[in-house]
Amino acid sequence: MKAVLLAAAALIAVPFAPAMAETVAITNARLAIGDGSGPVDGGTVVMRDGRIAAAGRGVAVPAGARVIDAEGKWVTPGLVAGFSRLGIVEVDGVRQTNDASAGKSPFNAALDVAPAVNPRTSAITLNRAEGVTRAVVAPESDGSIFAGQGAVIDLGADMSPITKARAFQFVEFGEEGASQAGGSRPATYAAFRNALAEARDQAAGRRGDDALLTRPDAAALAPVVNGQVPLLAHVERGSDILQALELKKEFPALKLVLVGATEAWTVAAQVKAAGVPVIASALADLPASFESLAATQSNIGRLRNAGVTVGIGMINDNDARQARQVKQYAGNLVALGKIPGAAGLDWGAALATITSLPAEAIGMGGEIGSLRPGRRADVVIWDGDPLELSTAVLSVWIDGVEQPLRTRQDKLRDRYRTANDGALPKAYER
Amino acid sequence: MFNRKFAIALMAGIAVAAGSAAEGKRKPASQDAPRAMPSSDPFPSTYHAYPGVPTLVTNVTIYDGEGGRIENGQVLFADGKVVAIGQTVDAPQGATVIDGTGKWVTPGVIDVHSHLGDYPSPAVQAHSDGNEVTSPVTPQVWAEHSVWPQDPGFSRALTNGGVTTLQILPGSANLFGGRSVTLKNVYARTMQGMKFPGAPYGLKMACGENPKRVYGGRSQAPGTRMGNIAVDRQTWAKAEEYRRKWDKYEKDGGEPPARDLGLDTLADVLRGKILVHNHCYRADEMANVIDMSKEFGYKVTAFHHAVEAYKIADLLKANGICAAMWADWWGFKMEAYDAVKENLPLVHNAGACAIVHSDDENGIQRLNQETAKALAAGRRMGIDIPDEVAWTWLAINAAKALGIDDRTGSLKPGKMADVVLWNGNPLSVYTRPEKVWIDGALMYDALDPKRRPVSDFELGQPGEGDVK
Repeated sequence: MKAVLLAAAALIAVPFAPAMAETVAITNARLAIGDGSGPVDGGTVVMRDGRIAAAGRGVAVPAGARVIDAEGKWVTPGLVAGFSRLGIVEVDGVRQTNDASAGKSPFNAALDVAPAVNPRTSAITLNRAEGVTRAVVAPESDGSIFAGQGAVIDLGADMSPITKARAFQFVEFGEEGASQAGGSRPATYAAFRNALAEARDQAAGRRGDDALLTRPDAAALAPVVNGQVPLLAHVERGSDILQALELKKEFPALKLVLVGATEAWTVAAQVKAAGVPVIASALADLPASFESLAATQSNIGRLRNAGVTVGIGMINDNDARQARQVKQYAGNLVALGKIPGAAGLDWGAALATITSLPAEAIGMGGEIGSLRPGRRADVVIWDGDPLELSTAVLSVWIDGVEQPLRTRQDKLRDRYRTANDGALPKAYER
Repeated sequence: MFNRKFAIALMAGIAVAAGSAAEGKRKPASQDAPRAMPSSDPFPSTYHAYPGVPTLVTNVTIYDGEGGRIENGQVLFADGKVVAIGQTVDAPQGATVIDGTGKWVTPGVIDVHSHLGDYPSPAVQAHSDGNEVTSPVTPQVWAEHSVWPQDPGFSRALTNGGVTTLQILPGSANLFGGRSVTLKNVYARTMQGMKFPGAPYGLKMACGENPKRVYGGRSQAPGTRMGNIAVDRQTWAKAEEYRRKWDKYEKDGGEPPARDLGLDTLADVLRGKILVHNHCYRADEMANVIDMSKEFGYKVTAFHHAVEAYKIADLLKANGICAAMWADWWGFKMEAYDAVKENLPLVHNAGACAIVHSDDENGIQRLNQETAKALAAGRRMGIDIPDEVAWTWLAINAAKALGIDDRTGSLKPGKMADVVLWNGNPLSVYTRPEKVWIDGALMYDALDPKRRPVSDFELGQPGEGDVK
C-alpha cells in the first residue's frame, strides 16, 4: 500500500518536488544492463534507495518491493547523452533562452553551466520521455578556446537537475579552436599552454603581473592541470588528435577526453596507447570540413576494435534538443555491420555507446550509465527494441523515482487530433 | 548543423545578382513575324541513363511507391524502365536474376528539399552558394547555376539513403529565393549531366523568420511578417503586369517587351509552368500564403518544413497542397516550436498529401528512417497507416510535388527503373540499401566496392573509397 501511495504521490507532486525513491523490482524483463553485453530474457532489476541493488537473471525480489511485471518487455539503463547542451537552451534562435555561450563575457574557463540548467526546459521533458535520463552538458566557446565548466545532469521532473557540477572543462582545438584563439592552430596551443601554466602558477600563489587569464579563469583551470577535473577537447583531424595526445605528455596529470574525433580511426592505435577515451559523433560521414576529410560511420566501430573506450555524443548536432536520436545512431552502427568493409557494432556494444561508455569516458561509470549494482537507479521500460525506430518508452525511473512522460508536444498532438474547430476554439481543448 | 549553415548563408552577401538586360533582338515585328520569345530551356539536360542489364528480383517484398505491397513478389526492369511487377512476371532469357529473399524492393527515394551541390561539403565559405542574400526578391537566380556536381554528399545520399532523385532549392533567406532544379542522383561532369530531363522548374519562396531577420537586420524591407507579405504581393503585382505584356506580345506581335529574368520566372509561375515550393513553418502563415496565391492566381504546390501542417491539414487538403515535413526536428527557432512527431501521419490521415523531406546533407541519408519514426508515432495515437502506404511519403507524393510522377516515384511499368533493393525491412534501423539502380543502371552495390562513387573532391584524400 505504501508503494502505491508513493506512486500516486509521484504522479501528482512530481513537477514541484522530488518524489521519494521506492524499492521497486521490475521482473520478467528482456534485460540489457548497458555494459556491452546483449539482452537476456527473464531478467529482474531491483532499485532501492535510488540505486540499483541488483540486475540480472535469478535476482531475488526483496520483501515489500513494488513489483512490476515487465511481461517480457525490454528494460535498459536510462540513456546517457554523451555530449549535449540539454537544459541550457529553450529555443536556439531566441537569444534570451540560450545560455550555451557568452561571447561578451570577460570570462571563459570559469563559466559554469550548472546554475543555468533549467529542468523545465522543453528538451528535458521531451528527451526524458524518449528514455534519456542523464546528460553531459557542455558550454559553447565564444571568444576563447575555453568554453567553460560543463555539468552532468539528470533529466528528472524535479528542480534538482545537477548530478555533478563543474564535472569537466570544455576546450576547442582544431579549426574552431584556431578561430577562437586568434586565427591559427599555433595560437591555440600557445593559448592552451599559457593558460595551464598560469593556472598552475596561480594555484601555487604566483600570479604574474602579466597574467592573461582572469583570476576566476585561472582558478577554474587549476583542477584541470592536476587531473581532478577531466578536459573534454573537441578535435576532429587526425594530426590534431595526435597533438592533443602530445599535450598530455606535457601535462601528464591531464584527464583528456576527445570529443567529436571524426578522424580518430586513422590514429586509433595512438589513441588507445594514450589511454584516452572518446565521445564521438556516430554518423558523421561527410568531409564537412578539411579537418574531417576521412569521416566515416565506421569510426566508432574501428576505435572499439582498437580497444578505445568510445561513446556517442551530439557534437554540434542539434545538441540542445535531439539527444533522443542517439538510439537511432546506435541502431545504425549495428546495421553498418552488414556492409563489407565497414566496422559496425554488435547490439550490446551499441547500447553501451549510449549508456555506460559515455559515462566511463567522463569518469562517472561507477555512478551512472549501467544497471550494475550501486549505480543510480535510472531505468527504462520500452515497448520494443530500444534501438529500433518504432519503439517507444513505457516507463522511466531516475534515481529510483518514476517519472512523468507527457510532453507539451503530446498535448499539441491531442489538441489537433482533428484539425477543425469543435464547439469552441482549439484554445479551450486541453 | 542548422545554425552553421544559416550563419554561412548570412555571410554570403558578396555574390553579384545575375541581372541581365534584354538581348538586342527587338526588331519590329508584324503580327505574322516570328516572335522573339525567350528560351524556356537555355541550360538543357544532357543526362543520359547509364547501361543496365535486364534484371529480375525475385522472392522479395515490394512496396510499389503508390501504396501497394506484394509479398514474395518479382520485379523486372530492362532498358532503363520498369517492365513488370507482380507475384510472378515473365522475364526474358538471360535476365540477371537476384534472389531477394528477406529483402525489400522500393522505388528510389525522392527528396524534394535538398541543398546538395549548393551548400556542398566541405562547407567552406568558398562553397556557400545557396542563398543570394543581396535582395529579398531574387527569382532571377537559378539553383542549378550553383550546383557543384562534385559534392561528396550526393554519394552518401545514394549509398546510405537510396536517393535517386532530388530537388535542389535555393536557401530561405529571401522571400523569392530563385528557381530550383531537379536532379538524378548520378555524378556527372556538369550540372546539366545530372539534370532530370523534362522536370518542371520550381520557385523557392519563404515566409516567416528568415527573410524578415536577414533584411530587417539591415533596416531594409521586409522587417516583419506583414512586410514579408507586402513585398510578396507587390512583386506578384509586377509579375502579373509583366506576364500580360508578354502574353500580349505573343498574341499580337509588335515590339517585344523588355526582358526581366526574375519576372520571367514569376510569369511562368502565373502560367502554371513553374511549381511553387514555399518554405513555411506556421499554420497561420500558410493560410496567408494560400489566400495570396488565390489573389494572384497561382498555386502553391508544397509547403516545405511545414512544422504546423497538422493544425491546418483540412485547409491543405481542400487546396490540394502538399506538406513536406521532417519527422522530429523542432525547437531550433521560434517558428519550429510547435512541432509534433505525428505531423506526417496527421496530415496523411486528413487526406492531404504528406511528404518526408530532409533539408540536410545528413538527413537525406536516412529518409526511410524518418518515415519510420513518424509512422510509429502515428500508430501510437491510433493512426494505423500500413508501411507500404507510408512509403508514398518519399515516393509518389514527392514525385507529384516535383511534377515528375508520370516518370518516376513508383514501380509502375513504363516508369524509370529507379529502384532500391534493401537488405531488410526499409523501415527498420537495421536495414541499409544493398543495391540502387537509376534508370535501370546499377549505380550502387554494397557488395561491390567498384559500384560506389567517389567524387573528384575525395579522390586522393584520406579515406578515399572507404565505406562511408
